[in-house]
Amino acid sequence: MEVLLGITGKDFVILAASKAAMRGPTILKAEDDKTKQLNEHTLMAFSGEAGDTVQFAEYIQANVQLYTMRNDTELSPNAVANFVRGELARSLRSRNPYTVNLLLGGMDKISQKPHLYWIDYLASLAPVPYAAHGYAQYYCLSTLDKHHHPDITLEQGMKLLEMCTDELKRRLPIDYKGVLVKVVTKDGVREEPFDNNRIVKSA
Amino acid sequence: MSGYDRALSVFSPDGHVFQVEYAMEAVKRGTCAVGVKGRDIVVLGCEKRSALKLQDTRITPSKIAVLDNHAILAFAGLNADARILIDKARLEAQSHRLTVEDPVTIEYITKYVASVQQRYTQSGGVRPFGISTLVVGFDPNDKTPRLYQTEPSGIYSAWKANAIGRSSKTVREFLERNHQDEMDREQTIQLTIKSLLEVVQTGAKNIEVAIMSPGKTIEMLPDDQIESYVKNIETEKQEEAAKKKTRTGTTTAAILTRSGGESSETTRE
Repeated sequence: MEVLLGITGKDFVILAASKAAMRGPTILKAEDDKTKQLNEHTLMAFSGEAGDTVQFAEYIQANVQLYTMRNDTELSPNAVANFVRGELARSLRSRNPYTVNLLLGGMDKISQKPHLYWIDYLASLAPVPYAAHGYAQYYCLSTLDKHHHPDITLEQGMKLLEMCTDELKRRLPIDYKGVLVKVVTKDGVREEPFDNNRIVKSA
Repeated sequence: MSGYDRALSVFSPDGHVFQVEYAMEAVKRGTCAVGVKGRDIVVLGCEKRSALKLQDTRITPSKIAVLDNHAILAFAGLNADARILIDKARLEAQSHRLTVEDPVTIEYITKYVASVQQRYTQSGGVRPFGISTLVVGFDPNDKTPRLYQTEPSGIYSAWKANAIGRSSKTVREFLERNHQDEMDREQTIQLTIKSLLEVVQTGAKNIEVAIMSPGKTIEMLPDDQIESYVKNIETEKQEEAAKKKTRTGTTTAAILTRSGGESSETTRE
């Protein structure tokens, strides 16, 4: 029951990931960071099998960094996404594949456009304007369908995210300990303050 | 040929491994590179080959390479050999991050580079790397500047300031005379450029300078700034020469070297 959400707008991508690290029904940690910065303008959020997620994310991060050093250029979000997909596809056909689902958000340095990619452990890759992984898909996609617009500002994006988390609080049967919110803009990646303590009344 | 320079891993009777010594010759023929440590800074300076008329300087590779965010390397010798060595070092830097979640220390990556170079002096079917390197940077969460040198034999050593490549002896002697501890940013950059000017006749356009500071990534000094440093150094030199001349006409060794310096300056104009 991990939550990953992604929203793009005019000049930003928001990635939100639930802060609960879970093992079965137990919450081991309530301040978990399920994101990893791959380069200056690309951020990846991950969920799935406990060990796999971090292992895979670190592996991707190291390779993206290595590419940057070797070629003296930053990989675009699109390039990173396709690289990640390739690695997952390779892993899927190995003896023990990674079980990792990802959202990859970034700003293209050249076109200055935000990009968001939905990637799952079966190595599907889809460029999307907004995305969710896990149970969050059931609760949030309808909200996002109705309210999202490609030209929204960051403020509107954060409002939209709040609508999504409100719905999750209302409907998800367990406490996911709030979300950690990070934003990618042309200036890089930053953590965005987010009020997780708002109480939402269920119907 | 004495026959002891055929197979790489064969000693000559008097204990030399000739191929390694030839590699060191290749280093001496490479363009000069200088590294200088200051108080909280370390600077690399390189002599650039002057570009041919039709060459695209924008995409011609530099002699200064980034190994990781906090570690850079300059080399002297065979450019093509350097590419391979640098690539191995970059891979190791990322691999180290992945396995122990920490960036490499400068000493570690130097040791790695040196051990690769050593391996190529003792295995069959290969030849040694024809390069010496200067590895500089700052360890993670540390403000102590680091400067190491590696050689084709696999030797590595730490320095306050050093030079490799063509006329490195002249530059090293210059550094020995002029290096002080606790230099600030300006002084360190100035000393680097000044020492390079001892051997680079063509001035600013054939020099490149990289600066490392604690917690920061590589900073390449812009061409116009290098130029202004060079100009300052030259006027300083001329003033000093003029002062010496007006004082007396007594002939000393110092004046002899001075006039030599002057003649090189006139060719630079």
